[in-house]
Amino acid sequence: MTVVTDNLTAKTIQITGAGGDDIEAYLASPDDEGTRGGVVVVHHLPGYDRATKEITRRFAELGYDALCPNLHFREAPGAAPDDAAATVRAHGGVPDDRFLGDVEGAIKHLRGLPSSNGKVGVIGYCSGGRQSVLVACSLPVDAAVDCYGAFVTGTPPEGYPLQIGNLVDKLPDLRCPLLGLFGNEDRYPSPEHVDELEQILKDNDKSYELHRYDGAGHGFFAVDRDMYRVAAANDGWERIESFYAEHLGA
Amino acid sequence: MCTYNTVRTTMDGSAKGPHGKWFHVTDATVYYDHPVHAMAAHTLNIDVANPADGPAARVALELTATAARALATAIEDALAAVPEDLLT
Repeated sequence: MTVVTDNLTAKTIQITGAGGDDIEAYLASPDDEGTRGGVVVVHHLPGYDRATKEITRRFAELGYDALCPNLHFREAPGAAPDDAAATVRAHGGVPDDRFLGDVEGAIKHLRGLPSSNGKVGVIGYCSGGRQSVLVACSLPVDAAVDCYGAFVTGTPPEGYPLQIGNLVDKLPDLRCPLLGLFGNEDRYPSPEHVDELEQILKDNDKSYELHRYDGAGHGFFAVDRDMYRVAAANDGWERIESFYAEHLGA
Repeated sequence: MCTYNTVRTTMDGSAKGPHGKWFHVTDATVYYDHPVHAMAAHTLNIDVANPADGPAARVALELTATAARALATAIEDALAAVPEDLLT
């Protein structure tokens, strides 16, 4: 019988990202022996922060090797997460191609760990929710979770300064099961945006499950924010656990 | 939601920033989005910075929309009270 200790190790490492660049990443792993799946955690626009590192450690506690690349490392190595995020925002955000290169490096790192069972999932929150779907349409992952990502469907407002568009044209290329978690009081993505996502997934015979929560808006997983909604967050975590257990298990 | 909309402007002045030091500021970004610290879902955020001195050379404000409008009005009122020949 396998003994689960709840012991884990979390540390900052270097991985090879887009263009062969070395970038910082936060790796959390269970200390237990055996093989397991990996999870790439995509941080939100506010940065590679304490809250995202807590989420990364939670995935290790759930039994996965979890890796969060610092997508803002190039612009602001060693800076505080909020300062780094402000710098990246002033530069127009993280371009999709560079983002994908960095996550590709994270996926390779996870699959290269001695503990890897070969399966890797991705999860992102807020802007990272859209990026998680982008990964699922572009890179070899086994499961993807989108937590209230804006502009998977829908159109960015005029004058939008970040270098992104929606993912409607890419969704037919979705290559793994998708779990989506959304608040019905959110405006980006709105319930109509989620309806559009569901219709596209259905029309393309994709494997998906979408859950929508009343009484919750954007950012309901964020325990340190006003927008935290305990019922939605608790149910969401349970959905994530079941989804990853099904798709990232041995 | 994440609004992401970011308005940028150059500026010339000084700010008191990290470690209580004054520094020259050259750029500002203004956007309405999730705050890092203020207890509100969204705030009007202002970063006054000197990018040439690195990411930490920044003074940040996170204001409710009401507070931001009041600040903008106060700035305009203060400038309006100054004789034109003193303005630079």
